[in-house]
Amino acid sequence: MTATTTPYAELKAPTTARRLLTAPTTGPLVALLLACAFFSFSTDQFLTGGNFSLIVQQVMVVGTLAIGQTLIILTAGIDLSCGAVMAFGSIVIAKMAAQGSLPPLVAIALGIAVCGGFGLVNGLLVQKIPLPPFIVTLGMLNVAFALTHIYSEEQTVTSLPAPLTALGETFPLGHTDITYGSLVTIALFLAFAYALSGTGWGRHVYALGNSQEAARLNGIRTSRLTIGIYSVAGLLYGVAALLLISRTGVGDPQAGQTDNLDSITAVVLGGTSLFGGRGSVLGTFIGVLIVGVFRNGLQLMGVASIYQTLITGVLVILAVTVDQISRKKAR
Amino acid sequence: MSRTSRLSTSLLRAAAVTGVAALTLTACGSGSGSDSASSGSGSGSVKVGLITKTDTNPFFVKMKEGAEQAAKENGAQLVTAAGKFDGDNAGQVTAMENMVASGVKGILITPSDSKAIVPAIAKARAKGVLVIALDTPTEPESAVDALFATDNLKAGQLIGEYAKAAMTGKTAKIATLDLAPGVSVGVQRHDGFLKGFGATDKDVVCAQDTGGDQAKGQTAMENCLQKEPDINVVYTINEPAALGAYTALKAKGREKDVLIVSVDGGCTGTRAVKDGKIAATSQQYPLKMAAEGVKAVVTYAKDGKKASGYTDTGVTLITDKAQTGVDSKDTAFGLENCWG
Repeated sequence: MTATTTPYAELKAPTTARRLLTAPTTGPLVALLLACAFFSFSTDQFLTGGNFSLIVQQVMVVGTLAIGQTLIILTAGIDLSCGAVMAFGSIVIAKMAAQGSLPPLVAIALGIAVCGGFGLVNGLLVQKIPLPPFIVTLGMLNVAFALTHIYSEEQTVTSLPAPLTALGETFPLGHTDITYGSLVTIALFLAFAYALSGTGWGRHVYALGNSQEAARLNGIRTSRLTIGIYSVAGLLYGVAALLLISRTGVGDPQAGQTDNLDSITAVVLGGTSLFGGRGSVLGTFIGVLIVGVFRNGLQLMGVASIYQTLITGVLVILAVTVDQISRKKAR
Repeated sequence: MSRTSRLSTSLLRAAAVTGVAALTLTACGSGSGSDSASSGSGSGSVKVGLITKTDTNPFFVKMKEGAEQAAKENGAQLVTAAGKFDGDNAGQVTAMENMVASGVKGILITPSDSKAIVPAIAKARAKGVLVIALDTPTEPESAVDALFATDNLKAGQLIGEYAKAAMTGKTAKIATLDLAPGVSVGVQRHDGFLKGFGATDKDVVCAQDTGGDQAKGQTAMENCLQKEPDINVVYTINEPAALGAYTALKAKGREKDVLIVSVDGGCTGTRAVKDGKIAATSQQYPLKMAAEGVKAVVTYAKDGKKASGYTDTGVTLITDKAQTGVDSKDTAFGLENCWG
């Protein structure tokens, strides 16, 4: 389309309606709403407050991991270690509090700090040597996985003190029970959505993802920024570890084995580009909910779980295809 | 990116999802066909949930078949779910919550993690749902209403007694290809085998974990033979591990003079017994576990009577080279009753 044939209306500032239609999260949001509509028609139990509360509760762990994953993917990186790091953090928290006789809050802080430490090491290796994020985090996946099994002695940690599971407790809201952990996850999503869209730090993250060299030449301290992002992601995995414990009521060395891929799935479904620089945390939240809604809805319909895997796979390929096509058009 | 292409991107995403919704419909059509056939409209019939460790292991596939069959016979509606991998506790918890939300009367579960699943089971039971463990007990066993399972200690003991009889007059050098540390099924079979053989862990010259996997079983056996070349009795946690061991032994030309015993009674495994690759196996009955479980839930729905305690679903020693003093059936019986 050349400028001379562009209708006048096109040149005016976008209307609110148009802005809504073209926001990067619109596609995923429409997808989510369509899925919800579909399941509401298909099963009686889907469209209830209790069920929505359940879905948020079920996605809070992967959701919190996915915030960290979004930050890293925005820098054109990837984190394969997030699930394993979380599992290690959860065992540290559970064992320290249940068997190490540390006060629960100290154990929690320690576990989150340990996860932050993993993030810091990832960031240092990616930035200082530098190594490709894929390789660094693949290595770290195995390190964290092994440490989890060594430290836990393959034993599930039970009989956790109450503060560790407090976030899994519910409070009533109307006729629905909401878990505190869900609120923590939603608060984190909102906080990081603001940090990315409303602060200078956020603009730097996008700039770094688009071109590290250009960002550096523009005076952004890219090295510090990258290491910081990986560390923050690590701390988020620590929070996810606490949420995981509170949800299942135990410290489980087997946990988190597919959560790295699940978090990447959520990020991609939420419209964030794997090539960096484009996307949003709110999109990821929608992506997480899409997976949660499909899993819950298909289960309520009585469809075998293997179809959940099938559909999630197809959705991911479609989402990446859309990303690629839109990139080609943009060129 | 221009505004128009952004708009079309959004629309494209929406179109993509509509496509997937259609796919869902298709999937439901093929996936739940048998369910809806057994339940009619679904309203009024008893809803029974079955949660297995994975979707892909033939043992659980057979368990699901048994449950479907029993649901059909009892006019119940079966919903199924599984973890993504063996050990996926969070996946099983999620499946449980969804089933309770969908209004099941009872849940049959094969716990991936005996301890970790306990709090989730407590929540479901608090809502009046009957929970029965199949195949694998919970820790503590009282966390569920009832347990329908193979007596794994006995399964191990049978092959232990068989191996002892078959090795009469020879000095045994035992290798054990185990499951994984701390997994109760594996520990019980291993201990049962030693008990039946009249041996202790000190008599085992090589013990390796295999995860019940054929390739890992082969590697484990190769390493054991490297360590102790004259091993002549091999206990294996299941038949895939046994077949892995056989491959390793065959590569060394030892397949004829080493006694391999196993547990499970899958069809592939039972055929391996018939072919002489495995000397004997203890056969278990997943179909029966599921069928009994479905019946128990239907009874609970009708009379409010809860199943309780442990029900042994039986185990049979299968071999074509029977030993005196050890009860066994031949592979013809084994193949008729095998799973997978």
